[in-house]
Amino acid sequence: MKAWLPALLRLALVVLLVAFLTNPGWFEPLLKPLTENNAPVIYNQGSLLTLTLLHLRIVLIATMAATIVAVALAILVTRPAGAEFLPLSRSLVNIGQTFPPVAVLALAVPAVGFGEKPTLIALFLYGLLPIFENALTGLTTLPANVMEAARGAGMTGWQRLVKVELPLSAPIILGGIRLSVVIGLATATIGSTVAAKTLGEVIIAGLLSNNLAFILQGGLIVAALAVLIYDGLSAVERYTARRMGRETA
Amino acid sequence: MIEIEGITKRYDATAVVDDVSMVIEPRTIAVIVGTSGSGKTTLLRMINRLVEPTAGVIKLDGADNRSLPGYELRRSIGYAIQGHGLFPHRTVAQNIATVPVLLGWDKARIKARVDELMTLYQLDPEAFGPRYPHELSGGQQQRVGVARALAAEPNVLLMDEPFGALDPIIRTKAQEDLLTIQKRFGTTIILVTHDMEEAVHMGDKIAVMDAGKLVQYAKPAEILAKPASAFVETLVGASERPFRLLSLGRVRDAVEKGTAEGEAIPGDASQRDALAELLWSGRPALPVRDADGKPLGRVTLDGLVKRSARPA
Repeated sequence: MKAWLPALLRLALVVLLVAFLTNPGWFEPLLKPLTENNAPVIYNQGSLLTLTLLHLRIVLIATMAATIVAVALAILVTRPAGAEFLPLSRSLVNIGQTFPPVAVLALAVPAVGFGEKPTLIALFLYGLLPIFENALTGLTTLPANVMEAARGAGMTGWQRLVKVELPLSAPIILGGIRLSVVIGLATATIGSTVAAKTLGEVIIAGLLSNNLAFILQGGLIVAALAVLIYDGLSAVERYTARRMGRETA
Repeated sequence: MIEIEGITKRYDATAVVDDVSMVIEPRTIAVIVGTSGSGKTTLLRMINRLVEPTAGVIKLDGADNRSLPGYELRRSIGYAIQGHGLFPHRTVAQNIATVPVLLGWDKARIKARVDELMTLYQLDPEAFGPRYPHELSGGQQQRVGVARALAAEPNVLLMDEPFGALDPIIRTKAQEDLLTIQKRFGTTIILVTHDMEEAVHMGDKIAVMDAGKLVQYAKPAEILAKPASAFVETLVGASERPFRLLSLGRVRDAVEKGTAEGEAIPGDASQRDALAELLWSGRPALPVRDADGKPLGRVTLDGLVKRSARPA
């Protein structure tokens, strides 16, 4: 395969996605055969662009919150003072993962009501584990002689963390964030069952009215977003890994 | 001056360093030699308090090394380790500037110091300053590691097997560079190694450690001539002793009157080099000249053989 081919495919996908979101009408003839009884071809209870942006916003907020909490937790348990909390924090984060997202949504609704909030809670809990695990790996596999040099140069614990440990583990932490974003993009669709405004709405509307075109367009947009964001974050990760002098994974 | 007084480090019941006392004179090189697990690295790391001793005191120029917080103490002491430990995400210039930045020097002073050290280590600041450590060769990385340790003009430099990862040719060069720089800055150096050759070559005094105890602390010639125990004798290597003894002396000190045929040897070459040249070229004597090429006399095989005998 030629080296430029993947780049070209990605570019084509971006163009296609943007075109579909801004002018879905152009694609009506393509999707027309999937509908029956003159049902609408393009989702008509809200703009696809707005739904996509809301979908992304939910994932962004949840991932940012998960990143802050997971990285802070990983930092805490890798300090000498917090080492004894390592097993506890591991199991807490694991519990977040073993709950099915639908169960989290169902339990969160009575507590916080319908809408975005239960979805945010589910995505947040789901995003924690990959980021925490990766941050832990990054912070505990730092080259020993570099850490020795940092201490020997007279850096305080805080200076070592900010100037050496976090920059050197950044590529691995980014890997965790990437996983968590992709999981979040998929899980956010379920949020529409509790009235969160996401692309799940399109899919659910399609399921309810037996409209294959709706299901397909909702699913494809989510899939395209996931592929593009995964690729983009992988590139950022490779760049930081090179920049930090670590081997590219 | 570094005074180590009754220093002990215990992990559980085992004493890794056991009641060690020694004094390191200012502007000299003290080499700590020992096998792995002899406690030599632990002893070194107690000087800048990377390890806290169980008992005993270490004084730097009369002041207890516990009178400052550990990180402040370490900023005032150079520290170079095996495999250099350069920060892979920082450029060469940023690596060297580590301690000056921690000390809050102003930018112009940091740049001047970094440029000075890089020039001293034959690394062009323009070309190498912006590079990352992984873009350098092993020898260059090692030089940057030592330059970083010397950046804040420390009076004391601790080195833990700094040349361990280098190939023999680069190692010899790195040792010579260190001796030159030590003379220039007058730094007190404590160097840990397991290589007796290196110890004899670099040390003004050698401390031999075995199982946490300081077995002998003396000038190289004395360690070679009068090993305090069978362990020191083994470490010196019985078959190497005469050659190591010769390597301590300069040719100029072994010059005899007279002339000899063939290529001359410089007066500041080691006597061991002269012996090697005599044996290899099959000559009984070599002419000696000084740095300007002026003849000083000759050095003979017989004369060197006498000098390599065990001192009385």
